[in-house]
Amino acid sequence: MWKFIVKRLVSMIPVLLGVTLVIYLIMSMAPGDPAKVILGEQATPEQIAALRDELHLNDPVLVQYARYIGGLLTGTMGKSYNSGLECGIEIMARFPNTVRLASVSVVLSVVLALPLGVIAAVKQNTIFDGASMVFALIGISMPVFWLGMLLILFFSLRLGWFPSSGSEGLKSLVLPAVTLGFQHMASIARVTRSSMLEVIRADYIRTARAKGVSENKVITKHALKNALIPTVTVIGLQIGGMLGGSVMTESVFAWPGIGRLMVQSINKRDIPMVLGCVIMFSVSFSIINLIVDVLYGFIDPRIKSQYK
Amino acid sequence: MSEVLLDVQGLKKYFPTKRGLLHAVDDVTFTIEKGKTLGVVGESGCGKSTTGRAILRLLEPTGGSVLFEGEDVAKLNPSQLRHKRKEMQIIFQDPFSSLNPRKTVSQTIEEPLQLHHVIEDKTERMQKVLEVMETVGLAERYVNTYPHELDGGRRQRIGIARALALDPKFIVCDEPVSALDVSIQAQILNLMNDIQESHGLTYMFITHDLSVVNHFSDDIAVMYLGKLIEKAPSEVLFSNPVHPYTQALLSAIPIPKVGGPKKERILLKGEITSPINPKPVCRFANRCAYATDRCRSEEPQLKEIETGHFVSCFLTD
Repeated sequence: MWKFIVKRLVSMIPVLLGVTLVIYLIMSMAPGDPAKVILGEQATPEQIAALRDELHLNDPVLVQYARYIGGLLTGTMGKSYNSGLECGIEIMARFPNTVRLASVSVVLSVVLALPLGVIAAVKQNTIFDGASMVFALIGISMPVFWLGMLLILFFSLRLGWFPSSGSEGLKSLVLPAVTLGFQHMASIARVTRSSMLEVIRADYIRTARAKGVSENKVITKHALKNALIPTVTVIGLQIGGMLGGSVMTESVFAWPGIGRLMVQSINKRDIPMVLGCVIMFSVSFSIINLIVDVLYGFIDPRIKSQYK
Repeated sequence: MSEVLLDVQGLKKYFPTKRGLLHAVDDVTFTIEKGKTLGVVGESGCGKSTTGRAILRLLEPTGGSVLFEGEDVAKLNPSQLRHKRKEMQIIFQDPFSSLNPRKTVSQTIEEPLQLHHVIEDKTERMQKVLEVMETVGLAERYVNTYPHELDGGRRQRIGIARALALDPKFIVCDEPVSALDVSIQAQILNLMNDIQESHGLTYMFITHDLSVVNHFSDDIAVMYLGKLIEKAPSEVLFSNPVHPYTQALLSAIPIPKVGGPKKERILLKGEITSPINPKPVCRFANRCAYATDRCRSEEPQLKEIETGHFVSCFLTD
């Protein structure tokens, strides 16, 4: 097990190198000169040239990239072109906000989605099934920004229950978490339903009934546990995605998370900050994936034996 | 005559389909005596398994009664039924899919003991688990393995152990060996035979393997398209099959002898009739060499033509 985990952690290194290289190349090919953006419209050509020199923007891209990786190895992500602060510090200041939003909305969506999916499967082809799947379909189809704006209109402007933006206190967390969670809830519910449907027809479920296991226990103990693998996969992917910042939701609610930071940095051609965000995103995504893989082992003993 | 353990009267199981009602089991009546084995044979889809499951109420019967020691299982409420499961168990056909992949051998066997509060003490319960494992010939070292780590024969032993754990009186064996290798089949069958003798069990043995059923059963019931068409003690059925379908079925058993006498095969022609909304006529008439107009206009009833020998065919009139 430990060997498996270490192996997976080591395999993250080439992934990170690949991701940063691609982003670096894209950013350097993107139109717009960072020096010009930083200095603004009024800057003289001399000032721009001087700044380009200072930021090593005249070196070949690969040299710049190598310098960046060298910096990473010594523990620095470089200074933000925009604020002049160390990128790592700024990212770490924003990251907890993203984690907060992500964890609340994941809990929200799982708590709603599991019962929905299970009920839909157990009562297949009944009105419960239809209703929960329509609900899920709405969740998947509705764009996040649209739902977010509707919620703001109704709960912030009309009723005044929750603030429409910002990140002070629990109240301001409600609307973004619901917006983000609703969409994820939908896909978790659908996946749970389909894997439950498969398991519920399995012979060993009939065996459980023949033993005299009560119907509730048949569903929760025998069926659901076996049906969880696809559900956990989806939840894991979603958490991974959310930790990279939910760009849309964070933008709609002006949530100071990492997703918004990344979008702002891209607009300002703040290459070190963009890279920092991407690294944060890839690392958290890989780690979440690893956690999901380890969880599989606990859910399914057949998989555990493969972790060598 | 010994005591009747199971008395099935007019058991029906219909499934609604888009094209109409599928009569999977239609008015089946038979009894099984205590300590005996009833073999149930018939081709795929004739309702053998459905009958077994409807008796245990793993499927809700559409009609009829199932008297187990005089008590109608079909009328029990859910909690009474769960209680009754202690006494009626089932061994499933496919040992690869009938065991929960997330549970170890001991967990699978232990669960019913725990559920029915048979043994509350954990150590004693484990003792019982090991005892049952020994009965079915599973070495103690398998106690914490998962089903996927074992081969088919051992898995089926788990299935049997699981069924035996509650010391039931009656076990429905739903093709318990058809998913196994022939060499393993014999082992499992002998095991089941031994257990029957030592525990005084009553079996309903569902199979499509006629040579197995002959060795194993005291009585044999032949089913065709949801109907019980002939039931007799094994020797009688094999020496004197009356129903044309039984005759055809028996003629299909190969004789395992090189250069031995060639049996005359009775080859059935025609297609099996649809079990959906069947007409009230003899269901075998379409394929029967002796079918008369009467067979195509009336439905034959099960009649006792000699002691213990029941046939449902107009030819016996």
